[in-house]
Amino acid sequence: MTKILSDKKAIFIFMFPTLFVMALIVVIPIFISGYYSLLSWDGIGKGTFIGLSNYKELMSDMRFMNSIIHSLLFAGLSLVVQLPFSLLIAIIIAQGVKGEKFYRTVYFIPVIISTVVIGQLWQKIYNADYGLLNDILQSIGLGFIAQDWLGQEKTALMCCFIPILWQYVGYHMLIMYAGIKGISTEINEAAVIDGASKHQIAWYITIPLLKPILKVCMTFSLIGALKVFDLIYVLTNGGPFFSTEVPSIYMYTTIFDSFKYGYGSAISIFIIIECLFFTMLLNSLFRKGKEA
Amino acid sequence: MREKLGKVSIQMCLILFAIVQLYPLIWLIFFSLKGNSEIFGGNIAGLPEKWKFENYVSAFKQAKVLDYFGNSVFVTAITILLVIILSATSAYAIERMEWKGRQVAMKVILLGMMVPIHAALLPLFMVLKNMRLLNTYWALIIPYVAFGLPMGIYIVSSFLASLPRELEEAAAIDGCGIYRIFGEIMLPLVKPALATVAIFTYLSAWNELMFAVTFVSKREFKTITVGIMSMIGTYTTKWGEIGAGLVIATIPTILIYILLSEQVQKSLVAGAVKG
Repeated sequence: MTKILSDKKAIFIFMFPTLFVMALIVVIPIFISGYYSLLSWDGIGKGTFIGLSNYKELMSDMRFMNSIIHSLLFAGLSLVVQLPFSLLIAIIIAQGVKGEKFYRTVYFIPVIISTVVIGQLWQKIYNADYGLLNDILQSIGLGFIAQDWLGQEKTALMCCFIPILWQYVGYHMLIMYAGIKGISTEINEAAVIDGASKHQIAWYITIPLLKPILKVCMTFSLIGALKVFDLIYVLTNGGPFFSTEVPSIYMYTTIFDSFKYGYGSAISIFIIIECLFFTMLLNSLFRKGKEA
Repeated sequence: MREKLGKVSIQMCLILFAIVQLYPLIWLIFFSLKGNSEIFGGNIAGLPEKWKFENYVSAFKQAKVLDYFGNSVFVTAITILLVIILSATSAYAIERMEWKGRQVAMKVILLGMMVPIHAALLPLFMVLKNMRLLNTYWALIIPYVAFGLPMGIYIVSSFLASLPRELEEAAAIDGCGIYRIFGEIMLPLVKPALATVAIFTYLSAWNELMFAVTFVSKREFKTITVGIMSMIGTYTTKWGEIGAGLVIATIPTILIYILLSEQVQKSLVAGAVKG
């Protein structure tokens, strides 16, 4: 058996294509990105090595700082609005309401639809003249709030966040729902015998036992917010006047519109580091919570 | 009485939320069947008065949505096939076979899950450009496979870990070689995991935007996501046609979801709870 399982040739055949593709497409490019970020380069000819200058420039680049603030604001909103709401829905439908399966299935639909479709759809919803939102506002007598939602700096950013929050509520709900269903029913039954109310069960039993799942959701929603690209690219591409720009959009335009390859790569390295940093931060916060 | 009232109000809230989640999508179908005169004439939210199926015909014919659709089908199908094959072989080698460096290999692969695709965008663009692969199907298939593999391998190998080893041992005693053990015994057993991987890969490849918009600019190779983006430019004012394109792009996903809703939900949860 051991002899068969340590067949070198078979291992090579099974592993080589995977490792080759992963190295070529995932691992090596990161190092190349790191190298590019030290260059001043327009993509044509050879770049000049300028050390950490790109990073220094980034730190005093107001447009970049604003894009980070936007993505952090978005991350905060996901954590404070989206996740509690998902948790509430998950707890309610996991208690076994009528139509449990129906709700679960329906809430999940937006998750699987392409962001391009979602983005185009919401652009139409927000349309100033013929959009669904203004139309509904008018019909319920709130016509005075109707406005060009994506066209003005003060409303555009919030209007970019809403579709993303809307799209992924069902996702987090489903993960939490699966987690709640995984909690043994005996614990709940024991609590019921002891006279615990539904709220008490949710607060003192379900949520504490759900901690590992909540950690997964928080990490997902935080990292997702820091990396967000598709929806904003489709909705506003960062405009008007950079008011909805996030780091990934700024990176994209820096590279493919302004042809500043080195500077753009520095932004992409920043995004990786930012994601790793927050993942680790969450991990250590949760570990501390465990000790306490 | 009070409890009943509570139940009813909970149901009301759940239904309200279902409407919030669904109505925008239903509205999309509505306006894909409307003419501009109807939308601009004031019937924005409601059912179409005259069902204009012509919008779909013109999306297919003039906007070439069918071509984009075909490209997406091809790219997604090949991606799924490759991810499934490579996930199965690699997960088997890592989980069951004995060799030095398997733990390291697994760690590297898991790390691949954490890497944002943004990081690889420009270097990949340069590599594909130098290999003259930009504007081919491979410019999308190869990166999709590479970024789909970590999750695929993770899912298959955790499934493998739950399978008993006796079957393989019995087969080995009967004189089966490694390829027959893998192909005839293990592969059929991991089918459920491969289905999960297939669904997961389908969703990410079919919906992917950043690579698709960067690596392909020629019309013949554009996938449906990018195709629709370019349709917006030319059809800015024709809501019906754009709506039709968006609906067409969504149909396969919805069909899969209707047929396999439990399986799709499970796949995405499995993908998330990787720790």
